[in-house]
Amino acid sequence: MTDGAGPGENTMADGSEPAASTGPGGFTREELHALLADMLLYRRFEEKAEEAYAIGKIGGFCHLHIGQEGLAAGSIKPLRDDDLVITAYREHTQAIAKGISPGAVMAELYGRVGGCSGGRGGSMHLFDTTLGFWGGHGIVGGQIPLGAGLAWAVKYRGGDQICLCFMGDAAVNQGAFLEALNMSAIWHLPVIYVVENNGYGMGTAFSRVSATEMEARSGACGIPAHTVNGQDVVETHRFFEELAERVRAGAGPQFVNAVTYRFRGHSMSDPVSGTYRSKEEVDSHVEAQDPIKILRDRLMDAGLLTQEELEALDAEARALSDEAAEFADASPLPDPSTLYDHVYAEINPHGRLFLDGREHGSGGARDGGRGASGSPAGGAHG
Amino acid sequence: MAELTYREALNAAMCQEMDRDDSVFLMGEEVAEYDGAYKVSRGMLERYGDRRVVDSPISELGFTGLCVGAAMAGLRPICEFMTFNFSILALDQVINSAAKMLYMTNGQVPVPIVFRGPTGAALQLSAQHSQACETYYVHAPGVKLVTPATPADAKGLLAAAIRDDDPVAVMEGELLYNVRGEVPDGEYVIPLGVADRKRSGDDVSIVTHGKMVHVALQAATALAREEIEADVLDLRSIRPLDVDAILESVARTNRVVYLEEGWPFAGVGAQIVALIQDEAFDDLDAPVVRVTQADVPMPYAKNLEQLAKPGVNAVVDACKRVLYL
Repeated sequence: MTDGAGPGENTMADGSEPAASTGPGGFTREELHALLADMLLYRRFEEKAEEAYAIGKIGGFCHLHIGQEGLAAGSIKPLRDDDLVITAYREHTQAIAKGISPGAVMAELYGRVGGCSGGRGGSMHLFDTTLGFWGGHGIVGGQIPLGAGLAWAVKYRGGDQICLCFMGDAAVNQGAFLEALNMSAIWHLPVIYVVENNGYGMGTAFSRVSATEMEARSGACGIPAHTVNGQDVVETHRFFEELAERVRAGAGPQFVNAVTYRFRGHSMSDPVSGTYRSKEEVDSHVEAQDPIKILRDRLMDAGLLTQEELEALDAEARALSDEAAEFADASPLPDPSTLYDHVYAEINPHGRLFLDGREHGSGGARDGGRGASGSPAGGAHG
Repeated sequence: MAELTYREALNAAMCQEMDRDDSVFLMGEEVAEYDGAYKVSRGMLERYGDRRVVDSPISELGFTGLCVGAAMAGLRPICEFMTFNFSILALDQVINSAAKMLYMTNGQVPVPIVFRGPTGAALQLSAQHSQACETYYVHAPGVKLVTPATPADAKGLLAAAIRDDDPVAVMEGELLYNVRGEVPDGEYVIPLGVADRKRSGDDVSIVTHGKMVHVALQAATALAREEIEADVLDLRSIRPLDVDAILESVARTNRVVYLEEGWPFAGVGAQIVALIQDEAFDDLDAPVVRVTQADVPMPYAKNLEQLAKPGVNAVVDACKRVLYL
């Protein structure tokens, strides 16, 4: 898309692209529409998940990312396909951002074979390593050393990928955080630790459980700290583009305090507001800090987006989310015969791996015909 | 065959595997410049350099998680714990990450990692340095566990553990590192899941693993003086478990003692007893008896420590009990 040039003030600082129409951040209109489309998809997808949860299609825990879409798009879209992303359990939209299809994510939430983890992982354990998406981890902070390990493997092999390791603000209080950051620094690993700082670990305000500001938390390990406004996808995208290339070039580990806000409860069982944050606080953020509205307004003000275009993008996002739900609905439940699959990668030819006494197809099955009901050979009483 | 110490045999296994596969590396506290807290990795830093023999900070949770992450990415880390006591700090990464990763990724992400170091008690190291940690590891599906008792088994089982595509804990013993024995030269690998009869006898089975194999053999020698011939079955591998070998021994002797270093509650022996009563009940002429550590934290005082540890006399007594002698 090359038409619809914006107002004259949106020119590249170096003036090198007189022919191209550019908008906020120096992005083309097409790029900006793509970012808006991504965020709309994440929003509509999560709303669809919310709806499916309400009618029992999705079980267990379900943590929505609504309000934090600017960060998902702004931090992951700048990465290369072969870069690695690892994260915690509020990760539906991050998985989509890294390239997993909305259908494969929704089917995972539904616990179906078409899910990106075959229905074995669920909401908190989304994986597609061929796309560089390494989960989906459910223990607060547990993914941080794993992210260091992914980066360590890159360095060991002499690769030039980087690892983006997300965590919530509460995770910085885990010992794993300090241990991983220290090792990343001493071994100069190609990793960016990104705190999605939405102000609350579940229902506990960060300010109540941290003796310092977030930016100070990496300093003890000598890792540079940065702060970015995660509600501004343009700023976030440009920031991560630059930081990713610096890390790729050998700048070593980085720590990003990405300021954002969660518009929904911690999980589906948590009301949007109530005991730990007021309705007024939530409303004010929804009003003024919605990453989608912020980009929408900027584009409209700049003459880079019409109401019709917005509606078309939103209709597309809704359609993709509906299709994802339809795909998930149509996908079968996992075959019961696969219960014991993938417990072990290698079924050793000797010995028993499963001690539950049940029958199962693959290795570790009862052997030698000496099941509980079988007649024991040589069982003469002494 | 060469006569090696247990620690030299472990070193030989790591070098054997590191020579054939660049994706194998060793990480842990004091493994490089210090040559290992128990000198198991002596000379390896010089031989392989600091890319592959890596001193970690004292951050068990952190470096274990880092090694698990590296294994997820396809490397084959040997993650050394100075002792498995300290690995309790790292159990989140062992149980929640390593053990479950393959399953919750639907087979996408195997974790070919080895956790190794000494388990159990040495001499007067007191409560926090004297635990047998087998149960913590073997409890979780997704982890394998081997417990070599001799230098030859140490070489062969560690090599197999490194080649295995799953997380394998290799539990050694501080009191075993100086034990000497014949070890096959050249490439030597013992398949996981194969028990080894360390002594043959038809009167009573002493089933055991790890360091306790030596206690069992001493007990068997004492019993032999009273014309009781014990079968000493060294499981070598707890997961996978050589059920056939256990059942064969039970069918022959009809009387079983399980000997282990750890506590009784939900211990390895509890599983073995459940298995035997489930699959060989009719073979038994007496209830299976377990000999374990006393159900107390390990005391420091020499006399109390002796009392708490499962010793030769307790094994002899247990054997006589199942023989109704």
